[in-house]
Amino acid sequence: MALLELSGIEKRFGATAALSGVTLTIQPGEIRALVGENGAGKSTLVAILSGAFAPDAGRMRLAGEPYAPRDAADARRSGVACIHQELCLCPHLSVAENILLGIEPASGGWISRRRALARAAALLSEFGRGEIDPGRRVGSLALPDRQIVEICRALACDARLLLMDEPTSTLQRSNVDRLFRLMRQLRDREIAILYISHFLEEVREIAGTYTILRDGQSVDSGELASVGDGDLIAGMVGRQLQSTLAQGTAPAAPGEPLLEVRDLASPPRLRSVSFELHRGEILGIAGLIGSGRTDLLRALFGLSPATGRLRWRGEDLPAAGLESSRQIRRGLGYLSEDRKAEGLALGLSIADNVTLSRFSTCARRGWIHLREQRKQTEDVLGLLRVRTPGVRSRVLRLSGGNQQKVALGRLLHQDPDLLLLDEPARGIDVGSKNDIYREIGRMAERGKAILMVSSYLPELLSLCHRIAVMSRGRLSPARPASEWTQDSILQAAIGS
Amino acid sequence: MNAAGRRWIVRLGPLLGLAGVVAFFAVLIGSPERYLSATNLRVILAQTVIVALGAIGMTVIMVSGGIDLSVGSSIALTGVVAAVALRGGSPPAAALALGIAAGGAVGAVNGLAITGLRIVPFIATLGMLGIARGAAKYLANQQTVNVPATWINELAVTVPARRWLLVAPGVWITAILAAAMSLVLTRTVFGRHVFALGSNEAAARACGIATGRLKIWIYAMAGLFFGLAGVLQMSRLRQGDPTVAAGAELDVIAAVVIGGGSLSGGEGSIGGAMIGALIMAVLRNGCQQMGWSSYVEEIIIGAIIVLAVAADRYRISRSAEPA
Repeated sequence: MALLELSGIEKRFGATAALSGVTLTIQPGEIRALVGENGAGKSTLVAILSGAFAPDAGRMRLAGEPYAPRDAADARRSGVACIHQELCLCPHLSVAENILLGIEPASGGWISRRRALARAAALLSEFGRGEIDPGRRVGSLALPDRQIVEICRALACDARLLLMDEPTSTLQRSNVDRLFRLMRQLRDREIAILYISHFLEEVREIAGTYTILRDGQSVDSGELASVGDGDLIAGMVGRQLQSTLAQGTAPAAPGEPLLEVRDLASPPRLRSVSFELHRGEILGIAGLIGSGRTDLLRALFGLSPATGRLRWRGEDLPAAGLESSRQIRRGLGYLSEDRKAEGLALGLSIADNVTLSRFSTCARRGWIHLREQRKQTEDVLGLLRVRTPGVRSRVLRLSGGNQQKVALGRLLHQDPDLLLLDEPARGIDVGSKNDIYREIGRMAERGKAILMVSSYLPELLSLCHRIAVMSRGRLSPARPASEWTQDSILQAAIGS
Repeated sequence: MNAAGRRWIVRLGPLLGLAGVVAFFAVLIGSPERYLSATNLRVILAQTVIVALGAIGMTVIMVSGGIDLSVGSSIALTGVVAAVALRGGSPPAAALALGIAAGGAVGAVNGLAITGLRIVPFIATLGMLGIARGAAKYLANQQTVNVPATWINELAVTVPARRWLLVAPGVWITAILAAAMSLVLTRTVFGRHVFALGSNEAAARACGIATGRLKIWIYAMAGLFFGLAGVLQMSRLRQGDPTVAAGAELDVIAAVVIGGGSLSGGEGSIGGAMIGALIMAVLRNGCQQMGWSSYVEEIIIGAIIVLAVAADRYRISRSAEPA
């Protein structure tokens, strides 16, 4: 009998369908890989299985019984344990206390420390890691050892199904090997594992079966041995290029070099990045979430500590010790992917947001010249076709698309030579997208350089002159957009 | 230095600080025999009791990652409640119980506001700081409440009526409660869950700990200690004073932090907090013995609080592992 059976699982968040029909079965002792692009719905599925929220529709059965966990604790009691990408441990508590958290051996409320230590030690030595002292604080353990603690915690409550959400994304290869040995031990004990990973090589190494999620649907599943990488990737990408985006605009004649980057690194994610960027050029950065794309932009803008060498307008610049206020004065502008937390001051007016990076253009002796500020803001909003109740209204009240335009508008007003754009058109309507694309193109024509991170491959392929792919903190050589396809980009992103 | 050794230093730190402060004043005052006399030690201990009782409750709250700013107001309110009950003819035991229960109720309301209304502890208890103070003034009719002489008045005296007790009964009560709560915090399931909550709330919830209910218990239980502190405050003053203990929460928080508690949760011990309370009492007493004006005392204690929190930050940055 199958351990877990899912059929027709659906989940909506507001207007967007995160899952729209997922069917999946998993047998005891099976390691099934769940693969799909960013945003395909993998994490939503894990959240449903681990009890974070209930599906809107569909059937879930665990070992033949209907399965509807009320919360994480309930899922845990049913034998479904989740091992998150970000480890979920209490750093101040000991190894034993973490393993047995919530199920402490106790009589009358008093913990039996002896029994707790013995139980934890037994679990640790089952995995050949008896040398980890169960009395040691988890905060003082190295990352892979913490993962052992988390797995032991799952087993301490007799887990039958383990959900592993990208457990290797922050691990070195030697630790990946160790984790895989551990997973095989679990498999031999008839424990089922649903293993989420972007890395196809690793998937092939550890999993026997696969299910592909695409746009919230399970589109294909089967034995990994009988399918090629090409078919897997085609299944993950699926959709055709959208017709609104023409492939590869003619590359502008490259201008003079503006920025050269050599061996830029920003631990833990960004390992080694080198590239050149010319005036008038749009360079796209593809890659998986967490591969170091955002870290690259933040390092260049002085928001994350980094090492390496930069050459900016022919002037050598060490990457260590950059500060964002100086980077703005040098002529760099940064658009964060997190509009609400970093991109905008939501409580301030549109005019204040647009002019924030360069108040000097509309201020005299520290006093803001309101008429001048209004005029400059209206100019920028006109370029981006923002419809507003007025430049003094709060950004909070605008739609998502218009908010994103205001965020980009701040960069237009700042008028930097290099625009660092992180997901500039994510999560907004098609009309707003096109306005933003058009303005990015115009900036390039005016001789600006643009470094643009995006998960949406059609957008990269049509807008950028050259594209480079980030994989595990390393950037591939940049090649003309016309030499890339969605498949080849994904291949480069998940090849380890 | 290895991790275990460093932890010992952290544990011993407050004790070394206490020894240092005592030695400092013993030398400064010039007559150690008078400074370290039984009488003066009794004075110091009696002065410690109220902050120490508050610090027991506050340790539990701060280990869980919370904070309570309403301690001073709770002390005033519960003292007034007990005084009004005594004046109305209640037996002393009933007045004592009523005062403690009032503290528990204030704490439970704090816990409910934090979990039910989803207000951060700082704001919820900041509101309670005003509410409880106002309630105390209303109950006391904006005056001090004089109470008839009962055994409650003997709880916090400097020299106990029964000489064989050596120190005031309140000191013994505090010491016993501190020892008991120390065991509860380190040896019970409840205590482990308090630490887990403060260390990583998401992990605690993922492990099936009902974090909301736990928080209500934590604030209510701490409230019982604030209630007892309020009754002892009334006992020392021999009247219920609705304006007493303004700002006491800062002394209490300082005691916990000096004793190794972390403002970000997951760390702290009752023993350390008791030593922290003693350090502050010794400082106060020493400044008084030196005949220094109260402003000197205030500046010194303010500086100690900042230094203790700086040490707390330093400890966190040292214990952070490279990921």
